[in-house]
Amino acid sequence: MAVKEQVYPGAQARARTAEPGKGIEWRKVGRYAAVVFVVFVSLAPLYWTFATSVKSGVELNVSPPTLVPHSFSLENYATDLGLSTFTRDLLNSAIIAAITTILALIVGVLCAYAIARMKFRGVAIVLGITLSVQMIPLIAMVGPLFVFFTGPLPIYNTYAALIIPDLVITLPITVWFMTSFFRDLPPDLEEAARVDGASRLRALWDIIVPLTAPGVFASAILSFIAVWNDFLFGLTLTTDEHAQPVTVGVTRFAGEHTIPWGEIAAAAVIVTIPLVIVVLFLQKRIVAGLTAGAVKG
Amino acid sequence: MATQAVEVPKTRQSLRERLDLGNGLTPYFLVLPTIILILAVAAYPILNSIWLSFLDNPLSPVAHFIGLSNYAHLFADSTFRGSIGVTFLFTIISVTLETLFGLGIALLINGNFPGRGLVRASILVPWAFPTVISANIWLLMYNDRTGIVSYILQQLHILAPGATLLETNGGIIAATIITDVWKTTPFMALLLLAGLQVIPNEMYEAASVDGSTRWQQFWMITLPMLWGPLVIALLFRTLASLGVFDLFYVLAGSQVQTMASYSYNYMFTRSTFDFASGVSASIVLFVIGLIISLLFTQLMRVTQR
Repeated sequence: MAVKEQVYPGAQARARTAEPGKGIEWRKVGRYAAVVFVVFVSLAPLYWTFATSVKSGVELNVSPPTLVPHSFSLENYATDLGLSTFTRDLLNSAIIAAITTILALIVGVLCAYAIARMKFRGVAIVLGITLSVQMIPLIAMVGPLFVFFTGPLPIYNTYAALIIPDLVITLPITVWFMTSFFRDLPPDLEEAARVDGASRLRALWDIIVPLTAPGVFASAILSFIAVWNDFLFGLTLTTDEHAQPVTVGVTRFAGEHTIPWGEIAAAAVIVTIPLVIVVLFLQKRIVAGLTAGAVKG
Repeated sequence: MATQAVEVPKTRQSLRERLDLGNGLTPYFLVLPTIILILAVAAYPILNSIWLSFLDNPLSPVAHFIGLSNYAHLFADSTFRGSIGVTFLFTIISVTLETLFGLGIALLINGNFPGRGLVRASILVPWAFPTVISANIWLLMYNDRTGIVSYILQQLHILAPGATLLETNGGIIAATIITDVWKTTPFMALLLLAGLQVIPNEMYEAASVDGSTRWQQFWMITLPMLWGPLVIALLFRTLASLGVFDLFYVLAGSQVQTMASYSYNYMFTRSTFDFASGVSASIVLFVIGLIISLLFTQLMRVTQR
């Protein structure tokens, strides 16, 4: 919005000095060209993946590669989905991401509500802890987790082995996002409910929860994507399709002699299609969630 | 207030009232589960990691405390020192490019034009991808025979016929940077876009009344107002880049290692005697991240005054 206003007076100022008209048009053309270029660069690799995924046999190995597939076949998809390990990996990822997201929400929403609405000593410390967790490189947690999960707490290669560390990723997201969401809600509504005789927790449940449903939903999506995209924990804390997420499964695709490009491409499409759909439909919410901490912080 | 209507004994009433005010114990009860979980799943592992790095073989039941020996070995290893170099090279170049491109894109789409939502959604798509999948997608395009990127670079005579970026160490680092920039520039752009949108229009209007050019407005208004979000975005990106693992796992094999991939390789792909070295490497990475975080918070404090 700012730029629109900004362009106009700027253009006006120039129009006073230079010949009117022409310069403005070129600026517009330039801007559109740049936008088209950015969109092209963002999406071209996706097109390439899709195109590769529908090519079959010979065409996959043609050099130079064909820009538009001459053949259209779904055999790569059929191969992938016919693999019991691949479908199991997809299921693993979905279950792990869903459980982690729900756990983080249950715990994180309460924490965020307290931070946003209540006065107590140590708010800064709580926020500081949740933020500083994100500064720890995940690789530095993997060693002890491996030792712990293969020894004292034998949950190596189970869902729990991934759900527990994944909370490190999802809790800060949930707390930060929901805190900023609660702060944006007018407190009057809650006070009105409390004047009517509802307790604070009652007000939270009856008034705040319905109002925050969109925020909770957005926060859930961010968490889900973050867990779905995890690779390092999956790689180090699982060994096989018993619990391994699909991100790890895809890298274990590599064939014996030749790399099965078509199947890898099809797998990439299958793994990312849900994310692409979510992003396209909910981009506004996601952007709000991504930027919650940084701008208002 | 809330409890007046409820008929309960006096003592309970006062307790509930105290809890209800939100100044008593209630906030602590609400906050506690998060804090306990974070301490259990993050603080404990990192502290334990530091302890493990002082042992000779953490995987053995009779591990011995050997002080800083692991670190001494680590820094004596030229491969590890090389991995520090690779990590910093990758971080500095990719974060710089992402910031510049991100700022450019944010300025570009911070306007009202038809199809703006669609543009915003399409640049967000790469961000939503698992890094491993992005790496595989680009691996597909870097492939020597059928990869489109290699083909284009060959046609432009940047690469020899039949060559690929993934043959030399420099080429591999370039390939990972390209992939990272493709994937994370949207994150930067959207953070900065949100920062741009809270700058009041009046500032630009006032400036243009004074006859300042767009370039001047950018340096005098946009950049200073954007400083806060920019520093935060830079910190997040820098920390994430220092820990880069997935991209190198897929694109580099073990030919070029970052600190995280060195750490992983020592922990999981070699003999159990190397486990402690891997843990130590990850602690070095952690300490570097800590120092950089402190520098950034200091930077924010200084510039906020």
